[in-house]
Amino acid sequence: MEIQKKSISKASLQKLIEKLNANGRKIIAPVKKENLVEFGFISGLEQMAEDYILTNQSAKSAAFPKFEKLFSYEVTKNGITQSDSGNTEFPELVLLGVRPCDADGFTSLSAIFTWDYHDTQYTDRLNKTTLISISCSKCDDYCFCTSVDGHPGNTKGSDIQLTRLESGDYLAEIITEKGITVMNLAPELFANAPAVEKEKYLALVPSRFKAGEIAGKIKSLFENDIWIEQSLRCLGCGACAFVCPACACFDIQDESKGKNGIRLRCWDSCGFSLFTLHTSGHNPREVQSQRWRQRLMHKFSYMPERLDVLGCVGCGRCSRACPVDMNIMEHLINISEVQA
Amino acid sequence: MSEFKPKIVAFVCNWCTYAGADLTGTSRIKYASNVKIIRFPCTGRIDFMLLMKAFENGADGIIVSGCHPNDCHYSTGNFHARRRWMVFRHLLDFTGVDLRRITFSWVSAAEGAKWADIVNSTVDIIKKLGPYTNYHSIARLKEKEAEHVGN
Amino acid sequence: MLEIRQKAKELLESGKVKVVIGYGKSTNNTTRAVFIRKPEDAEKLVLDESCVQNLALYLYKHEVKHFGKEAVVASLPVLRSMLQLGAENQIKDQEVIAIALTPEKKVVELSTFAEIEKHVSLFKHDLTAEEKQLLKKINAMTLEDRWEYWNKEFSKCFKCYACRQSCPMCYCPRCAAEVNNPQWIPVAPHQHGNLEWHLMRAMHLAGRCINCGDCAKACPVNIPLNLLTYQLIEEINNEFKYTAGTSASQNYVLSTWKLEDKESFIR
Repeated sequence: MEIQKKSISKASLQKLIEKLNANGRKIIAPVKKENLVEFGFISGLEQMAEDYILTNQSAKSAAFPKFEKLFSYEVTKNGITQSDSGNTEFPELVLLGVRPCDADGFTSLSAIFTWDYHDTQYTDRLNKTTLISISCSKCDDYCFCTSVDGHPGNTKGSDIQLTRLESGDYLAEIITEKGITVMNLAPELFANAPAVEKEKYLALVPSRFKAGEIAGKIKSLFENDIWIEQSLRCLGCGACAFVCPACACFDIQDESKGKNGIRLRCWDSCGFSLFTLHTSGHNPREVQSQRWRQRLMHKFSYMPERLDVLGCVGCGRCSRACPVDMNIMEHLINISEVQA
Repeated sequence: MSEFKPKIVAFVCNWCTYAGADLTGTSRIKYASNVKIIRFPCTGRIDFMLLMKAFENGADGIIVSGCHPNDCHYSTGNFHARRRWMVFRHLLDFTGVDLRRITFSWVSAAEGAKWADIVNSTVDIIKKLGPYTNYHSIARLKEKEAEHVGN
Repeated sequence: MLEIRQKAKELLESGKVKVVIGYGKSTNNTTRAVFIRKPEDAEKLVLDESCVQNLALYLYKHEVKHFGKEAVVASLPVLRSMLQLGAENQIKDQEVIAIALTPEKKVVELSTFAEIEKHVSLFKHDLTAEEKQLLKKINAMTLEDRWEYWNKEFSKCFKCYACRQSCPMCYCPRCAAEVNNPQWIPVAPHQHGNLEWHLMRAMHLAGRCINCGDCAKACPVNIPLNLLTYQLIEEINNEFKYTAGTSASQNYVLSTWKLEDKESFIR
C-alpha cells in the first residue's frame, strides 16, 4: 500500500483521541510514572509525557503481555475439561507515541509467533492494536537503530507515523489499512500534507556497525573467547530480555488449587541459568558466557538466517536497563572489530 | 442475611498445642468450629511462607501455637520459631498485612481451656474485622490483571 | 586512585593474585565492574563516586573463580559482604584479598577476615538519616495505605530477578523461587506472585543483608526494594542488637536464639 501523506494539528490530535475513545478503543501512550516514562492509559493528550527519548519498557505487552491466561481446566470424574481463557475478547487498543524502533519490534515478534505455529493469543491481540508512532527528533548514546537496518523515521510496523513539525502540528503518514480505518473515523481532522522534508525533523543516529556484517562474522566466532570476556560482569537476570521489544521467550506455568487450575504463560529469559536446564540435570548452557553468546547469536545470526528478520531494533533499552552496563552496542562493535 | 463465618487456619505443634486441643475435646469444652487445625511436629517447622499460603487460600485469620519456652519436645524448636515470628511480623506490618488477624500463643498439653479461649477470642476478633478481602482479592488471578499494558 | 592501580599491579605482577575485580570506565560517563588479569591493564581501574556496585557477588561466580586467587577493590559494602559470606562459609579466610580505603582514604591490603573485621569496625553501620526518613514515611501511613502502596509498587515487577542476581547474599544454586515441587512461589508476575516473591526474599535476607542497596538500583522498574531491607535491618538491630557483615564468625540471627528474647505478642 502506498503511504498517504497528511497532516494533523495538535488540537485535532486531541480530538482524534476523543474520537477513538468514543469509538471504544483504549489509548495507551507514554506517561510519566514517578521518575520513569512508561506506557499507560490516557484519555487526553495532556496526560502524555513530553520530552522523552523512549519509554523504559517496550510496547510489546500490547500483544505479548508479561503474563496471560491461556485456559482454565477442571478435573472431573469424567476426565479433564478445558475452557477457553475467556479473554478472547481482547480490547481494541491504540498505541500512541511508540517510537519507530518499538513498532519495528513487532515485526521481529510476529516473525517468531507466526513462523510455524500461529500464536493466536499474540496475533489476535496485535490485530486489535493500531500503532501510531512518533518519529524521533532526538536520540541518546544508547540508540543504534541505524546500525540494524532501522531509522528514526522508519515506518515499518507502524500503521500511522507522526512527525512533529516546528508549528507543533504533525506530518501524518498513513501507512496501512488499519491506519486508513483510523483516519476515516474522523477524516476532517486530517489536512493535506505540508511540503516538508521529513528528514529535516529526524535525529541523526550515527551508524556504528553493519548488521549484515555481524551476521556473517558472528557464526565464525562461536568458539572464540570473546563471549567469556564480554559476559564476566553479566548477572544473569532477565532485565534485558524483558524490556526488549523483540524478545519473545516465555514460560508456561500451571497454577492449580485442588481440582481447578489455570495455565498461563509469562516472560522468560535466555539469560537465566535455569533456562536450558534439562530434567536429567544436564544444562547445555551452564555458564553465563554460553548464555550471552546465545543471546547475541539468536538476535544476529539465527533469526536472520531462519526468519529473514533481525532480532534487534537498536532501541538500546537493554543497555539502559542493565544493572552492570552490558552495553549491547559496544559488544557488537567489538565483535565487528574482531580479526576473524 | 448470612452471618460472616470466619475461616481460621491453626498451625500447631504436635506435642503441646495439638495435645492441648485434644484435652479441650475430652474435657467437653465447647469452642468455635471455624478453625482448621494443621499439625506440625514443632513450631520450628512452620515456614513463614505457609502463613501467606493460608491467607491466599481463603483464610481470614491464622493461629500459630506451640510449646512454652523451655518445654519444646525438641528442646529449642520454639525458640527458633519465636525469633522467626518476631522478624516476620515486622515485615508483614511494614507491607500492610493485618497483624491483628494472626494470633500467636503458647498452649501446653495441659491447657485445654486456654486453647478454647484462644480459638474463641480469635474468632471474635476476625468476626469484627470481617473477611480478609484485601488479601483474597489479590490472591486470585483477575481478568482485569490481563489489561496491564499500561503498567 | 593511582595507589589502587599500583597495588593491583603489584599483586598481579607478584603472582599473589590472578584477578583483580574492580571498577573501570563504562559507557556514558559512569563505571562498571572490570576483571583485571594482566598487570598492564591495572591502569583501567578507577575509583570515584559512581563506583557503587557491590562487587562481592563476583567472588563466587564460576567464571571469575576460574582465573585463580582473587583480589577485590572493596568499598565498605563489599567488605561487609565478604564477612557475611565468610560467616556463611561461602568464602574461606585468606581466600580473597581486599583492597580497601581507610577513613583517611589511604589504600590498605586486607588479607584475613580478622583484618577486615578490624577495618570494618572503624565505620558506622547505622542507617543514614535519609534512610530512616524514608522508613518513617512508610511507617506513618495507615495499614490500608501501606498495603496499597506496596501492592502498587509490586505490580510493576515482572520477575526479572535483577534484585536477586545483583545481591551478593543470594547465592543459592537453586533459589526457593525455582523449586517447583511444590511451586512455593508462583513464577508468573501477577500481583500475588510478586507479593510472595518479595516478601520471601526479604525474609531470606533478614539478618544477612548488609544494606548495599544494589537490589533497588538494579531493579529496571524502580521498585524501592531497599526499603524492605532497611526496615528489617532496623528491627533486627533493635530486637537482637545484631548487625550483619561485621564478623566472619557471627551466627545467623534466625538460627540462633537467646532465652531472654523478649516479645509481647505471644499469648
